[in-house]
Formats: sequence, C-alpha cells, structure tokens
Amino acid sequence: MAALNLARLIAVAAETIAAHAEELTALDQAIGDGDHGLNMKRGFEAVRAEADAFAAKPLPDALKAIGTKLVMTVGGASGPLFGTLFMALGKEIAADPDRNNLAAAFGKAVDAVAARGKSQIGQKTMLDVLQPVHDALAGGKTAAEIADIADAAAEATVPMKALRGRASFLGERSIGHMDAGARSTALLVRSVGQAIGESA
Amino acid sequence: MSNVGIVIVSHSPLVAEGTADMVRQMVGEEVPLAWCGGNGHGGLGTNVEAIMGAIDKAWSEAGVAILVDLGGAETNSEMAVEMIGEPRAQKIIVCNAPIVEGAVMAATESSGGASLKEVVATAHELSPS
Repeated sequence: MAALNLARLIAVAAETIAAHAEELTALDQAIGDGDHGLNMKRGFEAVRAEADAFAAKPLPDALKAIGTKLVMTVGGASGPLFGTLFMALGKEIAADPDRNNLAAAFGKAVDAVAARGKSQIGQKTMLDVLQPVHDALAGGKTAAEIADIADAAAEATVPMKALRGRASFLGERSIGHMDAGARSTALLVRSVGQAIGESA
Repeated sequence: MSNVGIVIVSHSPLVAEGTADMVRQMVGEEVPLAWCGGNGHGGLGTNVEAIMGAIDKAWSEAGVAILVDLGGAETNSEMAVEMIGEPRAQKIIVCNAPIVEGAVMAATESSGGASLKEVVATAHELSPS
C-alpha cells in the first residue's frame, strides 16, 4: 500500500463532513433528531485540530486516539458509534497494513459497531454501508470502486424501514429517506479513497 | 457510602435534574446520586465525558445503576462504562427501564441496602420487554 498521509486524510475527511453538514442535518431532521451534521462537523474539526499529533503516532495508536476524540466530541449516538469504528480498527490493524490486514481489521471494526449499536445489516443504519465496504475491501476493489459502492449502499437505505435509533420510532414513515449515518459513512469512505489516491 | 449509586442520564438537563429531585424526595441523602444531561454545547443530547463524571460522583463500592432515556443516552452510557474500564466497569449497569420510574424505584431499593443486582432487577421489572 502507498504510504498513508494521515494528516492529509484527516483534513480531507473534515472538509468533506463540513461541506456536507447541512445535508446531513437535513437528512437527520427528516427521520431523526436533526443534530447529525453539526455533531459530525464538530467531532471531525476537533480531530483535525490535532491532526499532526495523530499523524505522528503509529497507525494503530493514531486510529485509537482519533476514535477516543470522536467519542468525546461528536455526541449523540454517532459519537460512540463512529468512535468505536476507529478504536476497533486501531486495535486490529497492523502498523503498516497490507490489503488483507486492512480488510480483516475493518471487518472486526464493523462487528464492534454492530455490537455497540445492538444492530445488524438491513436496519437502515451506517452498517448498511460499512458491510458492503468491507466486502469490497476484501474483494480487492479499487478506492474509486469502493467509494461508488459506498454511495450506492447509502442510497439503498432510502427504501428501508428503520429498526434502530430515533428513526425507528417513525416506523413506516422512515421509508423514503436516506439514513444520515449511512450517508456520512459513505462520505468518509470517499474521503479516505481520495486521500489515498492522492498519495498513490 | 455502601448503598448502590444511581446515575440519571437524559438528553435534557431539565429532565435529568427533575428526575434527580424526585429521587431525593424519596430517599434523601441515603443513596449516592448524580445526573447529567445535554450535549455539553447547550443543546439536547448526552456526552460521554459528563456521564463518566456523574459515575465518579455517584460511585459506590456496591456499584452504580444508570438510568437513561433515549437510545443515544444508552449508547453513550455503555461507552462511558467501557472507557472507565475494569475493575469498576463490572460494578456499573445500564438499566433497561423508564428513566423517571426506574430511577425512583431503583433508588428506593438501594436505600434499603439492596445489592446492585437487586436494584437493577427492580428497575427492569418496569420494562415490558
């Protein structure tokens, strides 16, 4: 794998989330409590403020520290969910991961998110993007292909009925809206792909 | 204090504080009690740091029962317990119960010197599932 510029990756992710904050909030207002965009923006800006310190650490430690920062700053249910994703990834990943290690570590991280949210695939959550992304990683897809798969997976949450989170209170009325967490996950996947593409 | 501590975690600081008032009216100072609510930025929500602080404040060697309102409060509370880590984590339980009734019932049970397991079971009896 090309050497990863973590500081650059964090900057791209934070910029992408900030640029889409209003869209994420609008998605969350439709079927949730409407704080997702602002929460994610605050969290990723907090990570960005310390990007150089994170980038100076070995990759596993950096990911764990980013996860902890997200837990403390994002708030809502997204804080622990996105935080757990990064913390678990940091716990499983090698200091210089190859594709196999990355896919395996990502799979464990997805499991950790499912456990934290007591959720599974098909319930209109971020897991509906994370799982296809894991499968694409394991299947050897390119960064650009994986980003497209993530977007399509987020889109595929539109007809789903929410079974977890605040959106589940709406039952049938949650159908027809994209899940905000799925959308932000897809945005992050594209950011990572973009940053890796730049350094390749 | 040897009685089980009670922590109340709501998205709203007003709900959390009001629930704590009702608990105090029932059990006075016999039960370690703490509450938190709000996202730390003036809005509705819950945050892990505040929950960890509330657990510290209500800490008892007999354990701590946490009462929560909506999903994020539960997820954030579980995260807080994990970050506090062992050995204390095994003495902290997030209850599946309505926040107001659960807090009052759990605290009443605790004030009689019940174990963490008994306190949590009393709260859980209030939940149909």
